[in-house]
Amino acid sequence: MRFLLDAEQRAFAVSLDALLTAADTPAVVRDWSRGDHASGRALWSRIAEAGVLALAVPETYDGGLGPRPVELAVAFVELGRHAVPGPLVETVTAAALLTRADPGVAKRLLPALASGGTMATVAPEGAFALDGDAASLRLALSPDGIRLSPGHGPVRPSLDPARRLTPLAPGGELLDAPTGQALTWARLATAAQALGVGLALLDRTVGYVRQRTQFGVPVGSFQAVKHRLADAKIALEFARPLVFGAALSLRPAEVAAAKAAACEAACTTARAALQLHGAIGYTAEYGLSLWLTKARALRTAWGDPHECRALVVSAAGDRRW
Amino acid sequence: MDLAFSPADEEFRTEVRQWLRARVPREPLPSLETAEGFEAHRAWEAELAADRWSVVDWPARYGGRDAGLLRWLLFEEEYWAAGAPGRVGQNGIHLLAPTLFAHGTEEQRARVLPPMACGEVVWAQAWSEPEAGSDLASLRARAVRTAGGWLLSGQKTWSSRAAFADRAFGLFRSDPDTAKPHQGLTYLMFGLRAPGVTVRPIARLDGKPAFAELFLDEVFLPDEDVIGEPGQGWRIAMATAGAERGLMLRSPGRFLAAARRLEELWRERGSPVSERDRVADALIGARAYQLFTYAAASRFLDGETVGPESSLNKVFWSELDIALHETALDLLGPEGEPADTDWAQRYVFALAGPIYAGTNEIQRDIIAERLLGLPRGRR
Repeated sequence: MRFLLDAEQRAFAVSLDALLTAADTPAVVRDWSRGDHASGRALWSRIAEAGVLALAVPETYDGGLGPRPVELAVAFVELGRHAVPGPLVETVTAAALLTRADPGVAKRLLPALASGGTMATVAPEGAFALDGDAASLRLALSPDGIRLSPGHGPVRPSLDPARRLTPLAPGGELLDAPTGQALTWARLATAAQALGVGLALLDRTVGYVRQRTQFGVPVGSFQAVKHRLADAKIALEFARPLVFGAALSLRPAEVAAAKAAACEAACTTARAALQLHGAIGYTAEYGLSLWLTKARALRTAWGDPHECRALVVSAAGDRRW
Repeated sequence: MDLAFSPADEEFRTEVRQWLRARVPREPLPSLETAEGFEAHRAWEAELAADRWSVVDWPARYGGRDAGLLRWLLFEEEYWAAGAPGRVGQNGIHLLAPTLFAHGTEEQRARVLPPMACGEVVWAQAWSEPEAGSDLASLRARAVRTAGGWLLSGQKTWSSRAAFADRAFGLFRSDPDTAKPHQGLTYLMFGLRAPGVTVRPIARLDGKPAFAELFLDEVFLPDEDVIGEPGQGWRIAMATAGAERGLMLRSPGRFLAAARRLEELWRERGSPVSERDRVADALIGARAYQLFTYAAASRFLDGETVGPESSLNKVFWSELDIALHETALDLLGPEGEPADTDWAQRYVFALAGPIYAGTNEIQRDIIAERLLGLPRGRR
């Protein structure tokens, strides 16, 4: 038993952080929110080069490095911390789905997902898919299997402007593949991403209340401010081991627990971050909005809090604790 | 990164489980906050100690098994899962013993630890005073030099277990003329039945004498009952406080067992959807605390020390404990009102969690200032 990231995993996080810091991600997010995908696609390629998208693709396929759920969680924490836009969770989920499809189909589609050549989106049939206008592979999940949707409807803005919601066009080729496991990967990646969003919100807010002065002292010296941030810190630090425990086991109950806790922690932190920034945090222009709105959107993506908690106490969750 | 315990660790777990299965009393012992229950729990400590299960992480020469931190965590998981009795000796075992390991002399360890391990001597804490609670460093009870030792005078309060315990440990002001309040304090041990000690039990919410006031009037203690250097008590006590809040005071095994009991109760009551989220949150919280502790233990085994992050623990488990027991009482409805049920008693106990061992407000200050780096300010 050694429940710590190893040196290589920590180095992977550091290198991704450096890559994303250098990429001026906030500018990419603003482009993406306007439907201008060029800078986002460039960043996507760099993320793929770093190996992130290959982590869900088995090594037996061209370009695959996985499945490596722990490294995937490490990566998605960083992607969340930097508010990277695009259907990242969905592309990883598509890879997990196609891994279980007919080998011919998997061989045809998986290498391009791993390399970053193909952006994918996935949604239950009839639901909004994320960034269907940017994705070239659109998977609609139905009880019959997976349909390769031929197109998408008009973009509808999300509470998080960087998440562009699109209905998927009906019809298209039907693949015979089980869809159960896909939800586990989607939830794990979303949980890690939400944890990263929460960590970024906490960091930025701590920085702000240290330098913002009122009544002649930093507002961060007031107990009412400190205690809200302490509660955010507690929520995030106890969500973190759930995320990595879930990555190790991939059991539905454990992943659902991580999703519920990480999203709860991110939302708690988002509320504290907005309140403690005051009016400046409420503006679209100020960068905090990139994370604030994402925390809310991720909460209901791929399993809302009630669904996740229900799985924790159901036999289907296969809980072992 | 892995969560798999070694085969030897799993063997240890099995051995613990088998022993407990054979020995845990079928009927719960009477409450340890009563005279009768206290003695029953003391006898249970002796039974544990006879087979060296009372302090598995201690060195063998003091009654332990040199089992290490990981196996202690496994022991605790099995212990609470088996529904075994509360540990009447825990103040000594988890607070005083770590202090003696770090700051005591070999003579003190050899004299104090074995009777602690078997419940022959049960220890109480003597920290708080009527005017020194969260601001502990403002304490006023005195230790005055005398031939061969010290004379203690003053008042201590909220002393857990002191109504029935044998001895106590705590901080006393040995030098009244220091520049700062946390200087001039000495960490020492004294007998609760020594001449000059008056113990006045205090009834907690449910009327049981779970703690006491101590009135001290020139109580003599010999030099060998001073821990560390006189005047260095604050530094030594803060090390103890870290242990108290940190890994040892409330192990994850307690909350895992409680959360599973809650889930059983929820099923017995027909799995009401209205309470499902709260039951799941108890299970999620207990699992989070277990995994958080595994990570902390892994860091500890890598040679890192447990620092201010122990404040995260204290707030988390104490609030989890209350939420879990409130959910249980809600599930029971009017049947949750009688005070003599296990759930009701555990609920009353849980209510104290955010107050003792440094209030949760103090912990949040520590988290904000020492983990987040926010500036100190008025409390």
